[in-house]
Amino acid sequence: MTHPPNRSPGYRSTILRAPSRPAVALKADPDAIELTSPVFGHGEVGALDADLTRQHEGEPIGERIIVTGRVLDSSGRPIRNTLVEVWQANAAGRYAHAGDRHPAPPDPNFTGAGRCLTDHEGRYRFVTIKPGAYPWRNHPNAWRPAHIHFSVFGTAFTQRLVTQMYFPGDPLFPFDPIMQSVPDAAARERLVSAFDLDVTEPEWALGYRFDVVLGRTPMED
Amino acid sequence: MITPSQTVGPFFGHALPYETGPDLVPEGYPGAITVTGRVFDGAGEPVPDALLELWLGETGTRGVLRRDGEGVSGFGRCATAPDGTYRFRTARPAGPYLALLVFARGLLCAVATRIYLQDGPDPLLDALDPERRATLLARADGDVHRFDVRLQGEGETVFLEF
Ligand SMILES: [Fe+2]
Repeated sequence: MTHPPNRSPGYRSTILRAPSRPAVALKADPDAIELTSPVFGHGEVGALDADLTRQHEGEPIGERIIVTGRVLDSSGRPIRNTLVEVWQANAAGRYAHAGDRHPAPPDPNFTGAGRCLTDHEGRYRFVTIKPGAYPWRNHPNAWRPAHIHFSVFGTAFTQRLVTQMYFPGDPLFPFDPIMQSVPDAAARERLVSAFDLDVTEPEWALGYRFDVVLGRTPMED
Repeated sequence: MITPSQTVGPFFGHALPYETGPDLVPEGYPGAITVTGRVFDGAGEPVPDALLELWLGETGTRGVLRRDGEGVSGFGRCATAPDGTYRFRTARPAGPYLALLVFARGLLCAVATRIYLQDGPDPLLDALDPERRATLLARADGDVHRFDVRLQGEGETVFLEF
């Protein structure tokens, strides 16, 4: 099983929010509107939207990184012109969000939100700052491993995916109930980006590769 | 080889919602309707940090993010208010229902449902017992259609898998 069960009591917020009844399987219906998805125009996303280090007057503090990869369908075909949105904490582990109370410094030069459209090969690319780990109140001494949130559309509303990208070798993985909610170890690995020297730019930024593979659309079954 | 889902978490508010996200049609659009309601958890408490996405089933002629162009956009996005309320302004869909996705802290996978604007013979509705069927029917009051999402427990909304 790839996806985590919504009821995952180790992640406490699921206890009152996970549906208690199984989802109703919709019988094959070629007219179901969920088999289609919004189409995004190139004019809707600015060139700088994918560079999270250039959205303010100054440069954000932290380790500059490049995060790139492809959005693919389950057969490995690229998904073109699809919207990829990312958001994250700053280098100190603090979000530019009024609700974040972690006593780590905010960075006036870092909002931590970006978007881009995939190219003809399904490729996206962001320049950003490596996010910090941050504490949360799920259980005593709970810390989220450093991560970048991803939102991806695909070609059918049924493929819509929100996920999180982690960094290789993070010692917090075994203690994180959100990552560990994915039952299969091989599936968890697919949430971890790979350091890539070919993506790394000399004297400028480390590179990480992260591919996103969306589920089948029902009509492919 | 599919990438697993993870929760949207609590801190998407500076990134995903956008000003015109809830407006699939501009103000004053002929025949526009309001689709509104609240999101509740299993204790009956409002969910103040959910993100809802509405899909009409066709792209339309108006942009999604910048809302350039005239007419209708097929997609809308709305975060819930502290009392769990959301609100979209949209055109009527071609068919009887709109597709809705709900993301929230505590939901490791988004949940999918449908907002039926009218009752009638329908392959999905007809497969449900009356109490469950009722959870998918919006209540119309003029041009305002009310649809609450109950994530868990009594009156739990029917969620779908495809
Ligand atoms: Fe996060």
